[in-house]
Amino acid sequence: MNDWLDPLLLARWQFGLTTMYHFLFVPLTIGLALTVAIFQTAWVRTDKARYLQLTHFFGKIFLINVAMGVVTGIVQEFQFGMNWSDYSRFVGDVFGAPLAFEGILAFFLEATFIGLWIFGWDKLPKKVHLATIWLTVVGSITSAYFILAANAFMQNPIAYTINEEKGRAELTSIWELLTNPIALAAFPHTIFACFMVSGGLIISVAAWHLYRNQHLDTMRPALKFGLWMMVIAGVLTTLAGDQLGLVMVDAQPMKMAAAEALYHTATGANASFSVFTLGTPDGVHELFSVRIPYLLSFLSTHTFDGTVEGINNLQSQYVTLYGPGDYTPTIWVTYWAFRWMIGLGLAHMLVAVVGLWLTRKGRSPKRTWVWKVAIWSFPFSLLAMSVGWVFTEMGRQPWLVFGLMRTADGVSPGVTGIEILISLIVFTLLYGILAVVEFKLILKAVRKGPDDAPAQGAESGVVQQSVTVY
Amino acid sequence: MDLTILWFWIIAVMFIGYFVLDGFDFGVGMSLPFLGKDDTDRRVLINTIGPVWDLNETWVIVAGASLFAAFPEWYATMFSGFYLALLLILVALILRGVSFEYRHQRPESTWKKWFDGMIIVGSAVPALLWGVAFANVVRGVKLDANHDYIGTFFDLLNPYALLGGVTTLLLFFVHGVVFVSLKTEGDIRVRARKLATKAGIVTIVVAATFLVWTTFAYGTVASAVFAALAAVALIASFLANLHGAERLAFGLMAATIGLAVLTLFASLFPDVMPASNDATNSLTIANASSSTYTLGVMSWTALIGMPVILLYQGWTYWVFRKRIGRAQIEVAAH
Repeated sequence: MNDWLDPLLLARWQFGLTTMYHFLFVPLTIGLALTVAIFQTAWVRTDKARYLQLTHFFGKIFLINVAMGVVTGIVQEFQFGMNWSDYSRFVGDVFGAPLAFEGILAFFLEATFIGLWIFGWDKLPKKVHLATIWLTVVGSITSAYFILAANAFMQNPIAYTINEEKGRAELTSIWELLTNPIALAAFPHTIFACFMVSGGLIISVAAWHLYRNQHLDTMRPALKFGLWMMVIAGVLTTLAGDQLGLVMVDAQPMKMAAAEALYHTATGANASFSVFTLGTPDGVHELFSVRIPYLLSFLSTHTFDGTVEGINNLQSQYVTLYGPGDYTPTIWVTYWAFRWMIGLGLAHMLVAVVGLWLTRKGRSPKRTWVWKVAIWSFPFSLLAMSVGWVFTEMGRQPWLVFGLMRTADGVSPGVTGIEILISLIVFTLLYGILAVVEFKLILKAVRKGPDDAPAQGAESGVVQQSVTVY
Repeated sequence: MDLTILWFWIIAVMFIGYFVLDGFDFGVGMSLPFLGKDDTDRRVLINTIGPVWDLNETWVIVAGASLFAAFPEWYATMFSGFYLALLLILVALILRGVSFEYRHQRPESTWKKWFDGMIIVGSAVPALLWGVAFANVVRGVKLDANHDYIGTFFDLLNPYALLGGVTTLLLFFVHGVVFVSLKTEGDIRVRARKLATKAGIVTIVVAATFLVWTTFAYGTVASAVFAALAAVALIASFLANLHGAERLAFGLMAATIGLAVLTLFASLFPDVMPASNDATNSLTIANASSSTYTLGVMSWTALIGMPVILLYQGWTYWVFRKRIGRAQIEVAAH
């Protein structure tokens, strides 16, 4: 068979592509739902028109993303059965439960109440309507938990027993499955990162208008809000990420070794963290690097004299454990993805911290480049999240379920390379076109800015909003 | 009752939920070229399902995930076996979903026409293909000893399955048009009722043929009863629509779809995916299901979750119970 028609390779590309694409809308939806809920709460409490304007304005951007989040999510679920049927057969008994939980307990809530929120402005009492957006927030965040719990099983399989006769993993404790240490650590890390993404969006949008000296009444508080959201969420994401690192070293030491391209086990000062490295493409030989001693030891063990296992050690341990084979992920991918994740996230936080300083006590920076940076920094945390997922998933390779099933063994045996190629091409084209349309629509909504304050109360303006949605 | 059997019927109920709910918004989507004379009309139509299409579509996610959790083998075989059909369904659902959101974003009529077209096609394709897929499940497909599908895409396009597809397409179409008559006011409501009558006649003929074929080729006593009830409900819905009893007509269409799904599931029982080439390769409730523990956990979740879901989804429909007419759309237009 031709290499480029290898079902495994194509199925992996498709999963990577569609997942990363889906996950552009997930953080935007989760983060913006919270943002909108907060602005609307502020409006209900203070009755100030500008908070209602902000609710509608960010609500519109939120809505443009919701439909995409929903429909690309269906692809994610179907894909397990379509491209990864052997994986589905093997883990369905365990992995299916959190997915079903997500649907029954979380996603229904989100999908139902979002409809009520969009169309319910003139049909529901003010406070009930406010409750609908908060229930959307609850639904979206709970939904994320179940998905992360399912993913955590792939990183750190627990709560199962192997049924030899059926040749599959079977669930032994739902509670244990849902409190997988990886899930508990990945959840806050992911959710706070979602808030960084929306904080970043708000910063850029507000900066764009303030730079043009327009919509000052709404965009000044919005900028402040976005900057604080970014700083707070950024600090929490960092702390949660640090915790996730510890758990990860425990469950998947190879992933940490791969994150650092650490070939030889190192202790204390030798367990240094390289900020960046120039080396041969396979990462085996290093030409130049900037290193911080002790840092890797600290990240992995929270002590300065800890030992971090190297790739070579782990590889030979795994050969003893699982038989001959290559148990090393693609090092340059994990190494750089890890750095870009941290770097982009920190850069975005830096933008926010500087922004807070420059706008302290109502000041407004005059220099153009300051505004340009604020405007163009939007993609930083979104990209940080994407590469973060690349790191998590690529760092798990060659395993599909760590220690239990190899990625190569999960692909659908009955599906041909041609079929997967067709679907890969279809999704690439479709998602590509939709990305352009989506981006233009968001840009248009952003540029238009919030509607001017409705003259008396908000009622007449609100009624219009509700009927013209579609 | 054995949990595996319970879950077989819960899966049936979830697909009923999906087809009854997303069914009518597929129907509304397909009705755009027939009932939407101008942009205002089309907006009236789209707004009848505006607040609910999203929650309706969520049923397929929940049905799919429940199938995965309760019958991993069934999920794996069906989804990998019906690969291209499901790919088409996914593309259609994506185009349809974003079109609702995008069409009103720009005023140009060419822009709107594009998205109207995608709503129409995006509604018709899944309406047709879900029927084709489920009819093939009932008819049986070629499976190897590992339960992997070994037929081709074209094997799925057999006369029985295609008739099944046309049946769901027509049922959803009429279901949607009746929904329009229930949810709109003025001229469009009258036209919807007339269209439901015209389409209803064709639908009765096609659906009856499919139900009879199913009963004689794959049926059991139970499935025959469901099929007969489905036919009665469909004819009753037709008559109710004729007499302008819109709510009753819609309720009876929902019943028809529910009973038709039950007909298929009762024909399947106790298989979930019969192998047409060799009965020993068939997937059955027994060999496709999850462990008792998993099914127990799932049962508790469904037991607690489903009543709450039905409650808040019912409330949503109640909040949006008012009819929509051209007047509201025109007032709203700037």
